[in-house]
Amino acid sequence: MENRKVQIHVANLQKSFGRLEVLKDISIDILEGEVVVLLGPSGSGKSTFLRCLNQLETSTSGTIIIDGINVTDKNTDINKVRENIGIVFQHFNLFSHKTVLENLMLVPVELKKMTKEQAKENCMKLLKRVGMEAKADAYPAQLSGGQKQRVAIARSLAMNPDVMLFDEPTSALDPEMVGEVLAVMKELVADGMTMVVVTHEIGFAKEVADRVVFMDAGYIVEQGSPEELILHPKEARTIDFLNKVL
Amino acid sequence: MSVIIQTYGSMLLTALGKTLLLALLSLIFAMIIGMIFALMNVSKNRFGNFVGTLYVDAVRGVPLIVLAYFIYFGVPTAVKMMGIQDFRLSALQAGTIALAMNCGAYMAEIIRAGIGSVDKGQMEASRSLGLTYGKSMRLVVLPQAIRTMIPSIINQFIITLKDTSILSVIGFPELTNMGKTISGNTFKSFETWAIVGVMYMVVIITLSKVAKRIERRVNRGK
Repeated sequence: MENRKVQIHVANLQKSFGRLEVLKDISIDILEGEVVVLLGPSGSGKSTFLRCLNQLETSTSGTIIIDGINVTDKNTDINKVRENIGIVFQHFNLFSHKTVLENLMLVPVELKKMTKEQAKENCMKLLKRVGMEAKADAYPAQLSGGQKQRVAIARSLAMNPDVMLFDEPTSALDPEMVGEVLAVMKELVADGMTMVVVTHEIGFAKEVADRVVFMDAGYIVEQGSPEELILHPKEARTIDFLNKVL
Repeated sequence: MSVIIQTYGSMLLTALGKTLLLALLSLIFAMIIGMIFALMNVSKNRFGNFVGTLYVDAVRGVPLIVLAYFIYFGVPTAVKMMGIQDFRLSALQAGTIALAMNCGAYMAEIIRAGIGSVDKGQMEASRSLGLTYGKSMRLVVLPQAIRTMIPSIINQFIITLKDTSILSVIGFPELTNMGKTISGNTFKSFETWAIVGVMYMVVIITLSKVAKRIERRVNRGK
């Protein structure tokens, strides 16, 4: 763990929406293959932080370096960077006018990462991996929430990313569908994918996180291994939050 | 009535043809104009927003008949004053410009609303996979927006087709203009305008039937 290299370097990240300062001063280094879970009350800035990593939200100040590329630099081709950073959204955001398979194939083919045939083969493999190959020709509207989210994960994987970001991937799901999505995510953890996960699934954090980060009011309040942070939190705000959710 | 059809039937059909030509040309240009200003309007570029809004406000704020007079009579006069002597616009050219500008403004609003109806998560998902804004628009957002836009676009098509009649004022020999000529020659106003009215109606009802069919096909698999 110690000699793994830093994949995501964040220094003094700050983000405001107009007058509202959502991220005040965030600095964190995330290592290659590390699984980091972000916890915190709503409005604490977790999702904004995640969305700053691929600049879906343009950061106000500070530096983010991913795979050696400064993504906060105006001269960086952000589209190129995003190809290597997958993100999974709370509301799936599958392209509703495309079939499941087309959802996966669209961008790799459009950006000429591979030919149509290669893409199809690769995407079918990914669908198999998330247990959705039988629905390849279905439209998103015909799928359950859990199925949609598994397809969304496969769609991100189709770009062969180095980092995967998860923005409350199970929050919009019926309880009985949470398990199937977490199972796919655990498989990614086992494969050594670098992951940053915003979630309220404390169980998931305990089981698979290398590090748990607690955020509140735009700051990182406390971080540590799941045992340290979840079972033996030190800060009053962390204790208060965990008491409410556990 | 049969006298009018016998004597003026082929002229009426020719005039109807001109009406359809004018409508078709205007609609093609209106779609282009509408798309350009709608994209300016939804962009994050402030100048684009300003120009897009200005265009829609300006054109919607002027009656079509005034716009037609302005382009047919006003613009050539202004060009002549700038020293270009033999500048002329035919009634078809001026009519197409006026109708396309007018319809384009409404089309811009329809397209803008259509784009706005697509969940913004679609653009985010597309951008986060590495597509540019333009490609995301073209491949992800617009195809979904079109579905919601179709009924309004059809409606606008029909309005524009009927608005061609306003261009009789600049002398373009379309159907309404022909109706004026015929009723003036024959003094049979009732019959003439009934025939002209039915001709518009037949075309428009046919058009909306075809449009309904297209709408159903586009919505399949939704």
